[in-house]
Amino acid sequence: MSFKMAQISLVSRHREVYEPCDDSFALVDALLADRNNLLEHHPTLCMEVGCGSGYIITSLALMLGQKAAGVHYIATDVNPHAVRVTNETLEAHGVHAELLATDIASGLEMRLAGLVDVMVVNPPYVPTPQDEVGREGIASAWAGGENGRRVIDKILPIADNLLSDKGWLYMVMLTANNPSEICLQMREKGYAARIVIQRSTEEESLHVIKFWREFNTQSRSKEMMTANKTVPARVMQESLVSQFPKSDIFSHGS
Amino acid sequence: MRLLTHNMLSSNIKGVANGFPLRIEVEKVVEKKVDLNADFLRNIFPKIEWKAFAEAARTLGYAELPEDADSSFLDSDDFLDKFHHALLELHLEEGALICPETGRRFPVNKGIPNMLLHEDEV
Repeated sequence: MSFKMAQISLVSRHREVYEPCDDSFALVDALLADRNNLLEHHPTLCMEVGCGSGYIITSLALMLGQKAAGVHYIATDVNPHAVRVTNETLEAHGVHAELLATDIASGLEMRLAGLVDVMVVNPPYVPTPQDEVGREGIASAWAGGENGRRVIDKILPIADNLLSDKGWLYMVMLTANNPSEICLQMREKGYAARIVIQRSTEEESLHVIKFWREFNTQSRSKEMMTANKTVPARVMQESLVSQFPKSDIFSHGS
Repeated sequence: MRLLTHNMLSSNIKGVANGFPLRIEVEKVVEKKVDLNADFLRNIFPKIEWKAFAEAARTLGYAELPEDADSSFLDSDDFLDKFHHALLELHLEEGALICPETGRRFPVNKGIPNMLLHEDEV
């Protein structure tokens, strides 16, 4: 029996490592929802920044298959316990990823530039006081500083550098992180975006957003259609900002 | 750590002008077989810094790679086998990566390099 995602019972644990939670499940669900597109995309290199327990990178490797697919996986975490735990989780599921204990992609940025076809990130997005950012241990899994954006804003330009021309980035974020602002900033770098999954409670919404490069206007529609076959053309024409509920813009606009 | 990863790593220490390639200090090498995928090899070949790769393979005890290689070599099954073996099947389990400029050691344990820097190195 082959599993398309990691099994919780086989995910390794450590007191200083973030255990899979709603945000992890949302990201994996988003990847599963996009699985056909991912398979047709034929990525060569897939990367996770902030692998934690290894739940996501393991699920990605399982759902894309490793044997004949010719896909290779790299994952990093700033918490060395997390990298060791990820190693155990990968092994328990019979899949392999190259692992690195490092800050985001430090050490890889020069040589891996333009080579990553799929990047997945469940960043530390929780709004916290600034001094909680960059602390060692499990706090590095959630502490996001002002508006929860401190680490996200560090990651995005690095992702832009590493992603290939056909690169796709999937990122988890909260409404508190101001996703429309993030999408507009990414648009300026040449990326289109869409929400793959949104899960809302009364207080907050969790979004999984997919970014991909779009080139000149003429090829844009075709590029978007190829990249996202399951989304109707009219959605592509809609403004990015309109994808987010109006209440978000009013409450987080200033 | 596979040699594919080694070929993608450079020293991240502040002020280092040429941090590639990292020198390898070997304590334990493990061979793990994986299926050969010619498409993957052909895709990745242009991105590989060959001299650094061949040298790294020799450090891990594998001396079968040619000193130089160009894309015409990819037509040879024998070359693909050797390329595949060195790139993906040799793992540095224990040892270290050394910054060629500063000599700083980045330990490798259980196949995982630790590239985390101290505050004064960032």
